[in-house]
Amino acid sequence: MTRKTPLYERHVELGGKVVDFAGYKLPVQFAGIIEEHKAVRNDVGIFDVSHMGEFEFRGPQALEAVQKLIANNAAKLEINQVLYTPMCYPNGGVVDDLLVYRLDKDRFLFVVNAANLEKDWDWVQENTKEFDVEIENQSFETGQVALQGPKAQELLQKIYDRDLGQIKFFWLEKEGKISGKDCIVSRTGYTGEDGFEIYARNEDLVDIFDAIWDAGKEFNLQPCGLGARDTLRFEAALPLYGHELSQDINPFEARLKIFVDLEKGDFIGRDALVEVSEKGVEKRIAGIEMKDKGIPRQGYPVEVDGEEVGFVTSGTFSPTLGKNLGIVMVKKEFAKAGSNLDIRIRKRLLGAEVVKLPFYKRR
Amino acid sequence: MYPEELKYTDDHEWIRVENGKAYVGLTQYAQEQLGDVVFVELPDVGEEFEMGDSFGVVESVKTVSDLFMPVGGKVVEINEDLEDSPEAVNEDPYGDGWIVAIEIADKSQLDQLMDSEAYQKTLE
Repeated sequence: MTRKTPLYERHVELGGKVVDFAGYKLPVQFAGIIEEHKAVRNDVGIFDVSHMGEFEFRGPQALEAVQKLIANNAAKLEINQVLYTPMCYPNGGVVDDLLVYRLDKDRFLFVVNAANLEKDWDWVQENTKEFDVEIENQSFETGQVALQGPKAQELLQKIYDRDLGQIKFFWLEKEGKISGKDCIVSRTGYTGEDGFEIYARNEDLVDIFDAIWDAGKEFNLQPCGLGARDTLRFEAALPLYGHELSQDINPFEARLKIFVDLEKGDFIGRDALVEVSEKGVEKRIAGIEMKDKGIPRQGYPVEVDGEEVGFVTSGTFSPTLGKNLGIVMVKKEFAKAGSNLDIRIRKRLLGAEVVKLPFYKRR
Repeated sequence: MYPEELKYTDDHEWIRVENGKAYVGLTQYAQEQLGDVVFVELPDVGEEFEMGDSFGVVESVKTVSDLFMPVGGKVVEINEDLEDSPEAVNEDPYGDGWIVAIEIADKSQLDQLMDSEAYQKTLE
């Protein structure tokens, strides 16, 4: 069954090209991926991300349960702070990457990828049985929009009843309202720009969207689809599960070392990751820029002197930089900036150079 | 949207016969479905293809699609401007967005293609 998000009718009205994605009907684009992408880089765009999954942890041992599941350290979180973290298998491979919101001392929210929702829910339940914690899957009752871009704050402040200036990067506010509706607002996102993610009950999301939409007219607010979401996160080198992350890729290989805390105490995958950290990785993620004409795409082989040394995890034409760029997983010795690699694109072998990630960083 | 003087294929290509050669490109429908075209991989002049063969690739931001020969023939000209301006496929699909020109091997193959009306019916 394919679900509709609370904003489905709005997508159709605004001319969105709707596709099936992770069990939901979602817009892949409205005006065009490049136009939407540039709107987020220059002004502001709004995305329906209601497909994301939410699990709430409550109870005296909520922190212990969270700590066992994730590789980063939730004990360091103050109330209303947000954390990005991998969640690992015992072998160090990644179950999913997610955000952890500390809503209260004993109350946490996991925000997980829609494509991994069922797997994550099973994993979380199986591995927290020993704790005094109640975990609720709120995914199908919770909607979410992301308002992203340099004008996001100025726009949202027009309709939000708290001071957004008080919400720092990777912090949240849960007491504010939009159009009289309760919502959680965090300064987070998946675009490489400043912006906010706004969570609300399904039945309140249309009102919140409409309020943002009306306030957005003077800011040239653009509705954005999954296509622009992907090109924006790609330029910012934010990993996408199933591309830069998988059960066969550990966080060290994915350049996520700073999101792993081996000193925090035990967690699932720690032993394997300690070993990786001591021995070093054999392969890792790197950025490439095509020197020859062609676009690297997921799965294309990467070669050096005729020998396969890895594969492309993501690649596209970069709307901001106007170049054909890729992210690759290659043997460590070829991952240094300046290395020359060949990408097998259909029958041709095309030259590329390793460049530093991220491709794009906001000023 | 679908000029009368062109012939169309199930793969959403058009062909226009003109002074002994035939121009080939993508239809309005195809370019809308693709979205922003950012790269076109062209064949070499002189390459020969059968009807239905893949002769190149068109890439939008998110997708990679093969281009198929509407009829068999030899490539006599390629639209090199697409290298720097692939967006012409979106902006002017029947004009500046043409992709290759071919010398048709067997003109009777044209009879197997659709006219504008028949093509538009397939889109309904």
